[in-house]
Amino acid sequence: MSSAMKPVNQRAWLLVLPVIICVAFSAILPLMTVVNYSLQDIISPDRRVFVGLEWFAEIMRDEELHGALFRQIQFSLSALAIEIPLGIALALAMPAEGWKSSAVLVTVALSLLIPWNVVGTIWQIFGRTDIGLLGHTLDSLGFAYSYTGDPTHAWMTVLLMDVWHWTPLVALLVFAGLRSIPDAYYQAARIDGASPFAVFRFIQLPKLRGVLLIAVLLRFMDSFMIYTEPFVLTGGGPGNATTFLSQYLTQKAVGQFDLGPAAAFSLIYFLIILVFCYILYTWMQTVETTTDRGHSHE
Amino acid sequence: MNKPRFQKRTLFLFAYLLFALLPIYWMLNMSFKTNEEIVSSFSLWPQDFTLANYITIFTDESWYSGYINSLIYVGINVVIAVCVALPAAYAFSRYRFLGDKHVFFWLLTNRMTPPAVFLLPFFQLYSTFGLMDTHIAVALAHLLFNVPLAVWILEGFMSGIPREIDETAYIDGYSFPQFFIKIFLPLIKSGVGVTAFFCFMFSWVELLLARTLTSVNAKPIVAIMTRTVSASGMDWATLAAAGVLTIIPGAMVIWFVRHYIAKGFAMGRV
Amino acid sequence: MAHIELALSHAYGANPQTDADYALLPLEITFEDGGAYALLGPSGCGKSTMLNIISGLVVPSHGSVKFDGVDVSTHTPQKRNIAQVFQFPVIYDTMTVAQNLAFPLKNRGVAEAVIKRRVGEIAEMLEISAELDRRASGLSADQKQIISLGRGLVRPDVTAVLFDEPLTVIDPHLKWKIRRKLKQIHRELKLTFLYVTHDQVEALTFADQVLVMSRGQVLQIGSAEDLFERPAHTFVGHFIGSPGMNFIPAKNDGVTLAFLGKRFSSAGNVPTGDVTIGIRPEYVGVMAANAVGTVDFQVTRVQDIGTYFSLTCVAGGVTVKIRMSSQLTIPQTGDVVGLDLNNSRTCYYQNEGLVL
Repeated sequence: MSSAMKPVNQRAWLLVLPVIICVAFSAILPLMTVVNYSLQDIISPDRRVFVGLEWFAEIMRDEELHGALFRQIQFSLSALAIEIPLGIALALAMPAEGWKSSAVLVTVALSLLIPWNVVGTIWQIFGRTDIGLLGHTLDSLGFAYSYTGDPTHAWMTVLLMDVWHWTPLVALLVFAGLRSIPDAYYQAARIDGASPFAVFRFIQLPKLRGVLLIAVLLRFMDSFMIYTEPFVLTGGGPGNATTFLSQYLTQKAVGQFDLGPAAAFSLIYFLIILVFCYILYTWMQTVETTTDRGHSHE
Repeated sequence: MNKPRFQKRTLFLFAYLLFALLPIYWMLNMSFKTNEEIVSSFSLWPQDFTLANYITIFTDESWYSGYINSLIYVGINVVIAVCVALPAAYAFSRYRFLGDKHVFFWLLTNRMTPPAVFLLPFFQLYSTFGLMDTHIAVALAHLLFNVPLAVWILEGFMSGIPREIDETAYIDGYSFPQFFIKIFLPLIKSGVGVTAFFCFMFSWVELLLARTLTSVNAKPIVAIMTRTVSASGMDWATLAAAGVLTIIPGAMVIWFVRHYIAKGFAMGRV
Repeated sequence: MAHIELALSHAYGANPQTDADYALLPLEITFEDGGAYALLGPSGCGKSTMLNIISGLVVPSHGSVKFDGVDVSTHTPQKRNIAQVFQFPVIYDTMTVAQNLAFPLKNRGVAEAVIKRRVGEIAEMLEISAELDRRASGLSADQKQIISLGRGLVRPDVTAVLFDEPLTVIDPHLKWKIRRKLKQIHRELKLTFLYVTHDQVEALTFADQVLVMSRGQVLQIGSAEDLFERPAHTFVGHFIGSPGMNFIPAKNDGVTLAFLGKRFSSAGNVPTGDVTIGIRPEYVGVMAANAVGTVDFQVTRVQDIGTYFSLTCVAGGVTVKIRMSSQLTIPQTGDVVGLDLNNSRTCYYQNEGLVL
């Protein structure tokens, strides 16, 4: 089915209206408030001074922000690089039917259902050398493991925690996508004598494009906004080695309790994610266009 | 099937399952110990098995009410999100209309906003409407990120159904609601299952908004758990037990929708 | 090129007890090498099961499948060297048409030059040489089906080509085009073609021999003419033809054949007892009321189909449909006519099977 053949129907707006109302209520109104704050200096609830773009300029010059941004990008890219291939591999390894399928499904999905502060706590304990399995084992093997003292160890632990926490999301999406490939494709591949790798490359991967787009977008956005888990695990330390953007924003808002700069930062933060996602989205759309549409165009 | 390749996959699967379960097992292990035992000794299973932590949670209303509250607002949220997203996803999947691509992307951007950004505005907004500390408040707030996700996922699944099926139904005389409920929905069962699961998940685990918008009546379990830091240090044992209990509703949800996730739909079977 | 013999039955469940548990009731069929066969029947009759057993995607629970005398019941489709075309086009989206066609040969390690030549030959025969370098995903559904077929034909030693309702997603005005191409290819390559469909027009125009199936049984194997003139089973009579055969209950005592309140002399070799008379709408004789050897019917409906007229007639609770050429004088609605139902074209059935 080519989307070039979708008919035009303006009445479709009616179908979309409920969604727009819900999201507008939850999003547009608050966003307008934030914009409002970002342009004012709120000295007290009654005294507000319009300062234009002053907060934005100040934020841009902030060295600490640059540091946090850089660390954030490193983190998100590393997480994606591990979680996407691992998730695909896991989905391919999961059984498709029977009681085994259900059992594996529930086990794999468990980590997704743990409140994020508990995830942080689990790994905080897990990594401690006195009461945690991981920490204790590494310690007894001779490694001087300390996620509170060594920045590299802290990084690796936070990354490992994120992989543990979120790979199942990718795996589940890919798993559902795999199930929707009709049997006939696999049958035809068997008849054509295709190797399992050829089946993956020419049948499964192309058909998973849509699902993978969702997975990559979701993981990128969420990892870019991550707050609770690393905060509970390392508190952003040692030093600011694992302080990412959300924590930096919260520190600024809560610590200094200055709504103006915090609001300005929020908008910039939002814009950064927006730009990245738009690039990702358009890039993957063009890939989709050239393969699915061939010579036809919209 | 090649024997060696088959075994490699199973081995990999087992390794991952072990990786997935170990930290959870460790928490389970801790939940059956007392705080003293946790701090003093290290063992793979409880030396002094105790159910005291769980008893605390089940008997202390301030603990178990948290679970109930969470379940209520998450349930409301999932129902609204899916119901509202279904027609919208259908529209995006089947039609082109003015501004369709932009609205689609705009929806996704709403999921990209860090919740921290919305804390204060939400607080003021809900106070004005008198919705503070209600379940519906959290349910509505969570729509922010769940509705776009639901539309996005459902649209993907819907686009996989050939339009011939819609057209055949109209020729056969079905009205749109009849077609949608009797024919279309069963075909995208897998998609609806996945969507419901993710909406449940993201609402269940969200901390910041849920804690900000509630105080007493609708306080969710995630907020209650953050209070376990006391003067004497972390109450590891009760925290562990509470954590274990938060996994259970989620596990049940996965169990119920497992067939919808696992079964695909076959083309041309209509 | 393969001579295929089936001697099997198949049940999907573990312990089949009744007939209803079987997808295919015990049967023995031979498909001659190079023949064009159609498996025709309504949904659930077992035709797809039979096709999948022949292709190797399903192993029969009882019995065997033989290709050229060799038992291949447990062989994979690859080993049997068959080609299969499915209900919807199965092509590799990311490849060009040429790459799609080359795929099976590549997997076998055939030399580049040989592949190129072979792909060229097949493309020529299928009349798609112009599209060879296009991305396969951009083509129309009928073109994609042709490519699916091409992928099966590209192997020089392919034994049989199996079609599972291949025209399902093709636009109606393009169906004839593909049917014509299939017949052409069959004549050129002389491969064994097996075509599954529920559409009798497709089956009858495509195949030399049609197997009519219902509820797991093969009711009749024959040419279009056989099936039309002498259906072996009332189901065949009813399924083939548009509209299908008329059936009238009758009683035969050896001397007289009685139905609808009238008596006729009975042909000697019709078995006695309850008999069903079957006659096609095309072969019912239409005469004036009260004519000798006829039964009076009242015409309730007359439809002008264009090249002929279709009439519905009722008498004694029995409805009979007849076809009359536009050349003849057509009775009006409400007229009473005499219908000759017991003539040389009549078939006699007992317990649904043809007895004369």
